[in-house]
Amino acid sequence: MNLAESIQQGDRRALARGLTLVENETPEGVALLAALGSGGTAHRIGITGPPGAGKSTLVSALIAAWRATNATVGVLAVDPSSPFTGGALLGDRIRMLAHTADEHVFIRSLASRGALGGLAAGVYNAADLLDAAGFDPVLLETVGVGQGEVEICRAADTTVVVLAPGSGDIVQGMKAGLLEIADILVINQADREGADALEAALQSAVELRDAVAPPIVRTIATRGEGVPELRALLDERAAAGAEVLAARRLERARARLRAAADRHRAEAFWTSHGEALETAAVEVAEGRLSAAAAVSRLLEDERR
Amino acid sequence: MSTLDERPIRVLVAKAGLDGHDRGAKVVAAALRDAGFEVIYTGLRQTPEMIVATALQEDVDAVGLSLHSGAHMSLFPRVLELLKAQGSDQVLLTGGGIIPEADVEALMALGVGQLFGPGTTLAALTDYIRDEVMARRGVGSAPPHP
Repeated sequence: MNLAESIQQGDRRALARGLTLVENETPEGVALLAALGSGGTAHRIGITGPPGAGKSTLVSALIAAWRATNATVGVLAVDPSSPFTGGALLGDRIRMLAHTADEHVFIRSLASRGALGGLAAGVYNAADLLDAAGFDPVLLETVGVGQGEVEICRAADTTVVVLAPGSGDIVQGMKAGLLEIADILVINQADREGADALEAALQSAVELRDAVAPPIVRTIATRGEGVPELRALLDERAAAGAEVLAARRLERARARLRAAADRHRAEAFWTSHGEALETAAVEVAEGRLSAAAAVSRLLEDERR
Repeated sequence: MSTLDERPIRVLVAKAGLDGHDRGAKVVAAALRDAGFEVIYTGLRQTPEMIVATALQEDVDAVGLSLHSGAHMSLFPRVLELLKAQGSDQVLLTGGGIIPEADVEALMALGVGQLFGPGTTLAALTDYIRDEVMARRGVGSAPPHP
């Protein structure tokens, strides 16, 4: 039996191996995704928000909610890689230990691996593989600081932004674009002081948008409170299916293809223009040429 | 495109058994991260079953167990047995804690990797894991440290 067949039969070790192959963009991984197809049926749900908001605990509570109705749940928990050493400390599983031995739940920790502009290509591939292996929903958890959260709304069909009272000035959230990407807003740790103020601030912030205001849900993930309501909202979106999600999926496909093509073109370009870059860089550094003029010169043969 | 041999080394760091001291495990996890490894940290009170299930899902190269409970002669062999039972023979099982020399020898004879006691330098630990994992991947020498 080959790897694709083993994965389809539910072999978890084969799936784990497959995830390694696709995360690392190996030729075997490319062949595996081609053999399995990229799924396209699972509801991909991005969970993001500032550190300490309770994302992993909420993911764990959501897993429990789906397991209660026998869904098989895939989770990709993404944490940042160090830009200096490439190392990463992946600790999201600590909050999901209750599901470790459940064979219908598959949790994989991924390092962001310093991809420019957010998620590494490997994360998209890993989501495709879990989808193709029959997991539905597939949850993608990322820390929402910097650009990762903007990227996650491209990788997901539905984006849930999790905030907690006092977990950060709401104005910061608006600046960073965290509210614009939310399809659903969650106020977790809703028993803490400041929940009412947070909800009022969110309400007035989302009402300013042109688009439909996202629903706001209060949860206390440690006790499972509010989680059925959140799941109901997510199920509603999945059931609405086609119309709601098709546009998001088209955008995702477009962004992935552009990113892949850009990367290949850039690699090819710099392979042939490496020397020209060095020459121009010296001239710019010594003040003999403006950066703008150097760029025009570098791109000249391309335009011809 | 990267090749599989060059991918970052993935290590699961877990505390097995019932003791509640995870300071050492956290220090080790941070040192491994700083050495360029991807470290999956699952914290306290892990059963052997949880440890091997996590090792499988995360497709790790190595499992590092931290033990201070005195239960090493049952926990290490049990984890090793479960790893083999699920076909994860390639995975290096190593660890550390307060373990008498005679027990270390007995465990290594079973197929457990090197075990580290108090006073071990973090560099010795990361070098050992890097060399051992690269050998198991079938890569002659470890790639240069970034």
